[in-house]
Amino acid sequence: MTMDYTPTELLGVMASRLMQGTSTIFAGVGIPLLAAILAKRTHTPTLTIMVEGGSIGPQVIPGLLPISTNEMRIAHRAQMLVGISEIFLLTQRGFLEVGFMGGAQIDRFGNVNTTAIGSYERPKVRLPGSGGASDIITLCRRTVLVTMHERRRFVPKVDFVTSPGFLDGGEGRRQSGLIFGGVSSVVTDLGIMGFDDLTKEMRLESLHPGVTLDRVIENTGFELLIPDFVSVTEPPTQGELDELRRLDPDRRYL
Amino acid sequence: MKSADFVEARRRLEARSLADAEKLTSLREAVERISDGDHIAIGGCMFTRTPLALVMETLRQRRKGLTISKNLMCYEGEWFMAMDAVSNIITSWLGIGLPWGISRILRERGESGQLKIEDWSHMGMGMRYRAGAMGIPFLPSLAMLASDLAEVTECKTMKCPFTGERLNLIPALFPDVALIHVHRADIYGNCQIDGYPFMDADIAAASTTVLVTAEELIDEEEIRRHPDRTAIPGFMVDALVHVPYGAFPHEMHGLYEADFAHYDDYVEAIRKDGTQAILDYLDRYVLGVASHDAYLALFGEERLQRQARAAMELVA
Repeated sequence: MTMDYTPTELLGVMASRLMQGTSTIFAGVGIPLLAAILAKRTHTPTLTIMVEGGSIGPQVIPGLLPISTNEMRIAHRAQMLVGISEIFLLTQRGFLEVGFMGGAQIDRFGNVNTTAIGSYERPKVRLPGSGGASDIITLCRRTVLVTMHERRRFVPKVDFVTSPGFLDGGEGRRQSGLIFGGVSSVVTDLGIMGFDDLTKEMRLESLHPGVTLDRVIENTGFELLIPDFVSVTEPPTQGELDELRRLDPDRRYL
Repeated sequence: MKSADFVEARRRLEARSLADAEKLTSLREAVERISDGDHIAIGGCMFTRTPLALVMETLRQRRKGLTISKNLMCYEGEWFMAMDAVSNIITSWLGIGLPWGISRILRERGESGQLKIEDWSHMGMGMRYRAGAMGIPFLPSLAMLASDLAEVTECKTMKCPFTGERLNLIPALFPDVALIHVHRADIYGNCQIDGYPFMDADIAAASTTVLVTAEELIDEEEIRRHPDRTAIPGFMVDALVHVPYGAFPHEMHGLYEADFAHYDDYVEAIRKDGTQAILDYLDRYVLGVASHDAYLALFGEERLQRQARAAMELVA
């Protein structure tokens, strides 16, 4: 049986699956948060979702997805509402197992830029800034990046390191003082990437159903490591898609 | 004042009144305490519990050369830019919200180098206000360490004297004036907040002057019956104004939800007419109205009621 789904639906489902078995998640706004809610409502009911506005363990009303991670819609039936500094201090303490976040520009060492394309002083495109992204990637035990796979996003070197991944690769992250965390995976609408254990270069791990290796290479602006064996992910199930669509019937994110 | 100057900040605090006295006044009188060139810190976060009535009165009184700081800045940041009222923005994010894309005026001013924007992380902003509230010059943290954010701001690093690990030192922020909107307060300025506390209590403690608007005025006895609910004590507050719907069309936990349709219209107008659309908007909604009641009348009772019902559904 073939199933129809959009690239963002596929991204939501694949991101959600990476949360399997996780207890605590710091979710950024958009697809990461949607995926976290999907995970909680399907395969990982023991998950606690936290967002940077200060909401711990919220539930959402299907059809009323939040636009920011600081509003009532994501405070609905929460277990606790704390200050913004408190939520980040909990993260610095080590309570957050996984951070899930997006990013405008990502490079081969998993660094993320959401500040400025081009030079910082006179940017070609001025972006909104870090928000909590820099803190999530710095302080969570590990971080998963969730984004659409586009050549303009996947650049050899980000113009500005808003959120440090493995910096210049190798031991760069640890040597610069970042003791904890790092980027464990990058999930896109084309596949899932990891990082080489030693060099920390981005490496393809799996392709989504029907996606060719050439298409991934075409849409990546740097030389992605391609291992001998690349697996193929399982397609989204009808159950996953139904639940996702129930959450976002107006397709605000999907 | 240099941002981490905790000694000067304390001297200024010691020079102000901390009387447990009535604080009730008008929007106009409250905002007259802001001077040109001041650093004003805006409470709330993004489009939640934004002190919009205070922000709008600040623009009405045509303050210039301001520094504005906020953790995540929504379109009130654009208003200061469009009116050329701001020379420095300290924030971790500036936009409107994910569905509305990147702020056009942020791009114009940011890309032409006309505007100074200090880029901090969200936790960085929190630690700045927290250090200010603690009366210390900085807080050590891992936040922003090794990022370019640390390079373009005043952060410094040190080797931890106990562990030898590298730490990022985030300098305190001591704003001149805090603008804060709360759910309810008594006339002495004791404030209660429902929902997210955000950074407001730290901002109030870090600032030299604190201006508060409240959705509801409550009896002193209500405050004394639930002292554990007081988020900001009255002695910290310099001026209090009773302003129902004081954050509208932004949201107020349990009272009204953000009016996203209004955002759609606002952004659509900017898409068509650029910065001029923001000035036209301000003429209609801010500069052209004499009071907050007149401002609310532009939205109409039905719209306010609709947003109130939406909020009730979310806290039910």
